[in-house]
Amino acid sequence: MTSIIIDDEETARTILGQLCSNINGLDVIDEFSNAMDAIKFLNKNEIDLIFLDIHMPDFTGFDFIQTLKNPPKIILITSDKNFAIEAFEYECIVDYLVKPLSLPRFIKAINKAKSFKIESQETSTTSPNINVSSDRELFVNIDRRLIKIDIPTIKLIEAKGDYILLKTDSQNYTVHSTLKKIVEKLPDSQFLKVHRSYVINTSKIIDIEDNSVLIDRDVIPVSRSNRPELMRRLNLL
Amino acid sequence: MKEKPNLTYINALSGGDIEFEKKLINIIKKEFPIEKEIYFKNLKEKKYQEVAENVHKLKHKIIILGLENSYELAVTYENNLKEGSLDLKEDFQIILKSMTNFLNTL
Repeated sequence: MTSIIIDDEETARTILGQLCSNINGLDVIDEFSNAMDAIKFLNKNEIDLIFLDIHMPDFTGFDFIQTLKNPPKIILITSDKNFAIEAFEYECIVDYLVKPLSLPRFIKAINKAKSFKIESQETSTTSPNINVSSDRELFVNIDRRLIKIDIPTIKLIEAKGDYILLKTDSQNYTVHSTLKKIVEKLPDSQFLKVHRSYVINTSKIIDIEDNSVLIDRDVIPVSRSNRPELMRRLNLL
Repeated sequence: MKEKPNLTYINALSGGDIEFEKKLINIIKKEFPIEKEIYFKNLKEKKYQEVAENVHKLKHKIIILGLENSYELAVTYENNLKEGSLDLKEDFQIILKSMTNFLNTL
């Protein structure tokens, strides 16, 4: 069984690593001090089990689980007993271990994880791969939480000093970032910088006048230098 | 009787693996002063929600060093902080001092 450890505390990762070394057939492939690095890893690798700390600075264990489309089995590790009820609302959570970890309790959790694995292999005909879709989803850091945004719902992005205002079909978000950074994360085919302060989703355009486009109720200026590219992208009759 | 930090948990965890014990103690000695510093900084700046987070993290090291009663005190102190109360601050700082002294002997 392959596994990874996600915990911001090195002491905790070291203790988990030691406990894992007592279990035959359990390999710790990698360990991570933050959830984002783990997500990047899981985009490229399949594993059977995650040891996941609930309480991390920028991203809780539950936030992390919600980013996974097909999560593997997860054993939650925490110093807090209060999350137990919430934990078992997730089908992927095999067990919930409260620090300090002991070997007998740890072995119990691993045995549970092994039986979960057999069930999923018997009932599933598709491979249980983890896929955080970077084509359709974008995570933005707001008030120390990483919020998932469905890229096709983004209408426009406006630069506002050190921040950007990101408008989607349902909500607006103010994010500490730059237009340049966010443009790198968006598909070129769908998004276009039309002005030094605006990037738009071209599929959301309602109409175009000489120097502006209408997106929902927002009139967005189009600079002279960007207008040719905008016109090139339109399916003109 | 006032409890004292000890290596009972670490010894049980290691199963006699001295190298692991050394490694873990070194990591604790490295992380603990940093966590403590952040705790005092946030306390000074009256960022009590952050202080509660810091206590939450420090709790793990308290229990690793066998301080079971102190752990319970830290749990209560963390909850107090979440409600904006500094009750048990002095007691908690005595625990930190005791841990610091103990780690300095290792």
